[in-house]
Amino acid sequence: MRRRLVPLVLIAALAVLLALAPLGLSDYHRGLWAHVGVYFIAILGLNILVGYTGQISIGHGAFMAIGGYTTALMSHYHHLNLIATLPLSFAITFACGLLVGIPALRFRGVYLALATFALAVSVPELPLKWSKWTGGSGGMQTATTPSNLWLYAVSWTCAALAFAAAWLLLRGRTGRAFRSIRDSELAAASSGVSLPIYKTLAFGVSAAFAGVAGSLFVLVTNGFAQPNEFTVLLSLQLLIGAAVAGLGSLWGTLAGAVFVGLLPELSTAVPFVGQGHGQDVVFGLIVIVVMLLLPNGVAGLLFAIDSRFNAPIKSDPAAS
Amino acid sequence: MVAFAVKRKTKVSTGGSLPVLLGLVAAAVFLAVGSLVSNIFAQQTVAGLAQGAIFASLALALVLIYRATEVINFAQGEMAMATTYIAYQLTLWHVTYWLAFFLTLVIAFFLGVVVYGVVIRPVQHRSVIALVIITVGLFILIDGLVTWKWGADLKFMPAPFGNQVYHAGGVSFSRQDLGVLLVSILSVILLWVLFQFTRLGLAMRAAALRPAAAALVGVRVDWMLAIGWGLAAVLGAVAGLMTEPSQFLQPTMMQSILLYAFAAAVLGGLESPAGSVVGGLAIGVFLNLIGQYWGFATAELRLPIAFVVLLVVLLFKPTGLFGRKQVRRV
Repeated sequence: MRRRLVPLVLIAALAVLLALAPLGLSDYHRGLWAHVGVYFIAILGLNILVGYTGQISIGHGAFMAIGGYTTALMSHYHHLNLIATLPLSFAITFACGLLVGIPALRFRGVYLALATFALAVSVPELPLKWSKWTGGSGGMQTATTPSNLWLYAVSWTCAALAFAAAWLLLRGRTGRAFRSIRDSELAAASSGVSLPIYKTLAFGVSAAFAGVAGSLFVLVTNGFAQPNEFTVLLSLQLLIGAAVAGLGSLWGTLAGAVFVGLLPELSTAVPFVGQGHGQDVVFGLIVIVVMLLLPNGVAGLLFAIDSRFNAPIKSDPAAS
Repeated sequence: MVAFAVKRKTKVSTGGSLPVLLGLVAAAVFLAVGSLVSNIFAQQTVAGLAQGAIFASLALALVLIYRATEVINFAQGEMAMATTYIAYQLTLWHVTYWLAFFLTLVIAFFLGVVVYGVVIRPVQHRSVIALVIITVGLFILIDGLVTWKWGADLKFMPAPFGNQVYHAGGVSFSRQDLGVLLVSILSVILLWVLFQFTRLGLAMRAAALRPAAAALVGVRVDWMLAIGWGLAAVLGAVAGLMTEPSQFLQPTMMQSILLYAFAAAVLGGLESPAGSVVGGLAIGVFLNLIGQYWGFATAELRLPIAFVVLLVVLLFKPTGLFGRKQVRRV
């Protein structure tokens, strides 16, 4: 009972904190934290795929680009309500994720990494090809640009919904199927888990989360959709966020999102790191150090601390 | 030891099958005939071969590392870019171009060895995902270091081959394209000689193919793998230096080349050095010809086309042109 209660209390406290935070934040910081919410959604989606299903993707920036351009195009040409574009990009990127997931069924390991990397590099080129409608490298803008408070509220509401959806999806039958595929595809298939269905589903859901994050990403960058916002570096940052967070942990996702979202801001205050691309240096160093020292990311570290504190109560010496 | 290794070599050598070889001969004949018929075709073919040779060098670097350590090094292109910046720095210090070129290759070798020893070796036996994330971290780290040190704006190096253009029967070839082609192919051949005809090459092949057996006959496997990473970094540096004359120096210069190199490596079967070279040249020529003769395929679509090539190969012939069929034991 106690073990179920603690996470619930934590979630509730976190939700209240996030809901009240805008009251105490300056307008600029609201925008900044809206960014964190956007990364939270994207990294959550990536974690479902990489951490829970064991399928690597270096291409989630591409899905963010598709989602982002969906919002920009619909708002620019059809003056669609910005909120209404979110379910639309969810649906479109879900379909795109399924489409990518189908060939991805045949790739394993490095081949999947290669294919998704190629996706991340080539999708941002497409708006340049059809620049008549997308504004080319100059980008295009949504019809309206919302305030930072609006952005904060919408991105964290979406983040909460996404978290709840991910939790519901992963706790039951589907989540078990995902994890069994991650641990051993062969054992999963032998136990009657349909690899084609669950792998493509994981790709679809994961891409859809990234798509919504992409829509919000365009909104938090003043409603501008530009190819150079969605370079391969974005995909790499998401993967790094997921790795720092701890693959296969919903809890770590918040840490990963804060890391990716706030590091650029934080590093301008630090003397060496602030100039030029010092943040990339920190990104790279931290992820390498984390992978070398903390294979399970921040979440793994917390879990290890937790189990050390609770070890005498939880574990039975005779059993171990 | 030699007899043992030779026997192994014949068993695992990754030559193409007969239909593949026939197809390649047919493609070569097509290119030759086309070049004789049309001047533009000939020009595009030579320019494509020059670009393809760069893809081939980088693809070969990837394949070397993949064969030795089963790692796809996503940072290969960025390592190449960083070493090109080192050459740029040397020329700023009034070192002549070709001296800077060879000094850079030496530096690249040590860079590769250090990267392997510090970053890759500790995680080599972890999951594919962990390895990919590590090399991705390296990608961003190198990108950040270079941008921090040299900035993101375009830089220019002295032109290594000059700007002359040769004319042969109405066809004009730029000296630069020919030089790039020559240097890239020469470095590939030198590497092949090293692997095929020296004791060191033999030991490196042994370490990559059968680490345990190689260690038993006295090969220092770790050092061999480190040298493999060093040589891959040298090839990458050649690719970077040969990219510079056409793309100029900027931190993103190798990112698209890396994608072409991936496509080339996959086309060649990912485990075959010869395949990666053929794949690189094929993709270079293919991209140029399709850009010339299919109006829809404008410059913006070069990367997406390479992606489609990669996807088609993986879907319909995952072993590539020169790869072996993989049989997995379960």
